[in-house]
Amino acid sequence: MYKSTRRYRSAVVVGLMIAATALTGCSAGGGGGGDDSSGPVTLTWFSGAGVAANTDTMKALAAAYHEKNPNVTIKVDASGPSGSPDIDNVIKTKLATGAMPDMFWYNSGSLLAALNPDQTMLNVKDEDFVKNLDPTFVTAVSSKDGVYGVPVQSAGGGGIFYNIPIYKKLGLDIPKTWDEFLANAKKIKDAGYDAVEQTYGDAWTSQVLTLADFYNINASDSDWAKKWTENKVNFADDPVALQSFTKLQDLKDGGFLNKDFASAKLDDGLKAIATGTAANYPMLGFAEATIVANFPEHAKDVGFFGIPGDSANSAGMTVWEPSALYAPKNTKHPAEVKNFMAFVASKAGCDTITKTLGVTGAYVVKGCTLPSDAPKIVADMLPYFDSGKIAPALEFLSPVKGPNLASITVEVGSGIRSGEAGAKAYDDDSKKQAQQLGLPGW
Amino acid sequence: MNFRPISRHVVGIVAVIASALVFLVPFAFIAVQALKTSPEAAGLDFAWPTNIVLFQNIAQVFQANDYMLILAFWNSAVLTVVSVSIMVVVAAMIGWVLARRPSRWNPWISFLILAGLIVPPAIVPTAWVMQSLGIFNTIIGLALVEVAYGMAFCVLLFRAFVSTIPKELDEAAAIDGAGPIRLFFRIGFPLLRSVIVTAIVVQAVAVFNDFANPLYFLPGAENATVQLTLFNFQSQFQTSWNLLFTNILLITIPPLLMYVFFNRKIVEGMTAGAIKG
Amino acid sequence: MYPRWFLLPGAAIYAVLFIAPTFASFYFAFTRWSFFNVEFIGFDNFVTFFTDPQLSKAFVNTLIYGVLTSGFKVVLGLALGVLLTSNILARSYLRAVVFFPVLVSTVGVGITFQALMNPSHGAINHVLAFFGISGPGWLTDPNLALYSIIAVDIWKGVGLATLIYMAGLVSIPSEYYEAATVDGASGWKNFRYITLPLVSPATTTVIILSLIGGLRSFEIIWAMTGGGPGFSSDVLASVIYKQYAAGFYGLSTAGNVVLFVLVAAVIIPLFSWLNRKQVDL
Repeated sequence: MYKSTRRYRSAVVVGLMIAATALTGCSAGGGGGGDDSSGPVTLTWFSGAGVAANTDTMKALAAAYHEKNPNVTIKVDASGPSGSPDIDNVIKTKLATGAMPDMFWYNSGSLLAALNPDQTMLNVKDEDFVKNLDPTFVTAVSSKDGVYGVPVQSAGGGGIFYNIPIYKKLGLDIPKTWDEFLANAKKIKDAGYDAVEQTYGDAWTSQVLTLADFYNINASDSDWAKKWTENKVNFADDPVALQSFTKLQDLKDGGFLNKDFASAKLDDGLKAIATGTAANYPMLGFAEATIVANFPEHAKDVGFFGIPGDSANSAGMTVWEPSALYAPKNTKHPAEVKNFMAFVASKAGCDTITKTLGVTGAYVVKGCTLPSDAPKIVADMLPYFDSGKIAPALEFLSPVKGPNLASITVEVGSGIRSGEAGAKAYDDDSKKQAQQLGLPGW
Repeated sequence: MNFRPISRHVVGIVAVIASALVFLVPFAFIAVQALKTSPEAAGLDFAWPTNIVLFQNIAQVFQANDYMLILAFWNSAVLTVVSVSIMVVVAAMIGWVLARRPSRWNPWISFLILAGLIVPPAIVPTAWVMQSLGIFNTIIGLALVEVAYGMAFCVLLFRAFVSTIPKELDEAAAIDGAGPIRLFFRIGFPLLRSVIVTAIVVQAVAVFNDFANPLYFLPGAENATVQLTLFNFQSQFQTSWNLLFTNILLITIPPLLMYVFFNRKIVEGMTAGAIKG
Repeated sequence: MYPRWFLLPGAAIYAVLFIAPTFASFYFAFTRWSFFNVEFIGFDNFVTFFTDPQLSKAFVNTLIYGVLTSGFKVVLGLALGVLLTSNILARSYLRAVVFFPVLVSTVGVGITFQALMNPSHGAINHVLAFFGISGPGWLTDPNLALYSIIAVDIWKGVGLATLIYMAGLVSIPSEYYEAATVDGASGWKNFRYITLPLVSPATTTVIILSLIGGLRSFEIIWAMTGGGPGFSSDVLASVIYKQYAAGFYGLSTAGNVVLFVLVAAVIIPLFSWLNRKQVDL
């Protein structure tokens, strides 16, 4: 009701002092980065927790580097969320708040572009090791002003994993066109197997067929990606591109899918294709390491072919550029980080990965060699690389990639939306993204 | 309402069965998975395990990621205790004054408090403010954020409750020469005890189970809180369901113990603790 | 006796860590914002937000979610509250059990029910199959997913509503009931003319808290379906989250402003109406 001004003031002062001690008391405990002297340095390498093979790679690279550079210890922190979009969200927030540790693992291509690398990340454009890298990969880890990453995987194909025993038993050939693929699927279905495995319980797996079909679009028009970036072509109006969505609808309409397609998850799908309950599974090459690790007795039972198109002559494969190792701009140890990057982007780095996971695809580092005993899935990819019948996936050629593709392909793949409507929805989704990126022509 | 003896038993037995089905079966499910080996748990069913490996599972969950769970329990405990203590004291002070001292500003204050329940907080700008104060990525910083986010609920609760305490008690104490601080802590606080218990339970559960805020405001690996340990077992390629459910079981134990401890006090606390404008 | 400075410690924390950053961020709703570059673009974000093809679905879902969860929490909470303040058998056991789900984290609840509701090997459909019923895809049928999440949300939240009702019920003086019994009133009349009006402060609390929670709900939806299958269980909060994750920070802030205005437009009139009604009694 009433009080003296003096008491009022002293109370405020006490309050501020409490606040001040609380603040200073705790800021001393924060941080975590060491001092910048020449003593031992610990670098922290952050990633999502989703993929055991990736964590194994990180640990192996860290250990191999530490052996050569005992002064530098690399701590693997695979504590992020396991999948998109949660991991995207965390990576972006960490970069924006300066809370990203010294290094992190993330996709290359359009997902990298969405991180604003020019403002948030350590530019390694002028380092010698960049010259060791394949130019397509360098494009996928570059933005307007710089180059940001080194590969921590090999490049692999995206397409169809198929179960060899089922194909043999039914006397099927590898399909060279989409019609042949559907004809095969019909026979497989009639024989009582799941013709095509889909796993929409992990929504991202639903986009694989659509994304991996890009080779066929590119084969019809090698400038398609450039025109897409400039908003001169789209999926709904281009008869070839439209098929990337209608193919997904064909699978549902034909009744080819496993019964639990809506709830099955990636590990269910890999199990089905390895053990032979399903005959085909649209998947990315990097899942091969998991099949070999989890189903060693079936490692030779799974083969690979690219998504078939209209013409048997041009059958090819869409290639995924590897994920990469990046560093935030504010790392306290840029010299050590670059040194580690140089190690990763060298033959010693590739050999460490091969020793950990076996052969998983084609390396994008010059001088890296593959042992001759590649597992079946990878062996099936190599002829495409050798014959040059490959195209990078669209997300490595263009920054435009609508964020809701996975939801849209789940809809098309489950029959909620038609292929045409799905293509239109994805065009609209991409338009929104291009506008947010401020690209000209949208 | 009182039942006659026969219907008392009938209704009671029906309620016990129904509640067991609806509320206990999901917990039984969690517990059964925690007993299993990884291949058996992959079936995600109620089948009784052939081999009970609960202790091995618990040991594995604790060992995962360099004993992350132990660190996480410690961090979450500190976070919960610090934030809930601050929250309860400052919110009780606000509720006390707002209820006792009507002013023309009160509608605006009400609006700001209600806004605290309505508006989703802006993560990155909040992080920037914390950085400029030097409290980003510290336990105390996150605790203060939890205080800010939980305050609206607590103030509404306390204000409604204070208005049910007769003012004559304060006046008697004031005549005896008690200053405002003594008045609040000697008279107000004890009378608020039961509602304070309610606020403690509700907010401690909320903070302990918070997932998003630790992820953004306390990002270091050494700062992990319990909910983030769930990531350890959720691989895209092979989820270890037995360990995931063992982990869920373990991190539910502290709130459960707290609830058992405070259970009796809660209902008293809620009495008349309804929101009033 | 009641010094204003008592407000200060709390107000300082609240203003600095919530009000200032959150309301200041509303400015970014009018910009194309990369966290580092800010470009003022007027109302473009709002136009984009409202022309989103999924928005009307998310909008309707948000309202369905808010109304159904809070409605069921009021009805079930009151029913359970009456039951658990009566002389029912095993009362303390029942009180504890109803509150259990409140104690489990949302993420844990999401993981558990994802497993229980799995269409092919989930326990719920196993039980239904035992009775010869072929259970639906609780979370995979686009027409059903939202309602399955709503059911789990009610399961998780009804304990708190019951608690609030129990508190309200035990504070009703027993003299009212005694007087009514003398007048020959039955159980239903007691409930209708004594319990219901006198428990209305608790009703207000339950409605306001659960409606705000329901309209803003995100975590449990995200943990169970991620807004899917497709967009069928998306609500405003999950649309906003996805925009943020895609790097559309200005746009997602505009979404937050819209969500705030929507919730405030529903809650504030309701709040003052419920309070006025209470005073009239």
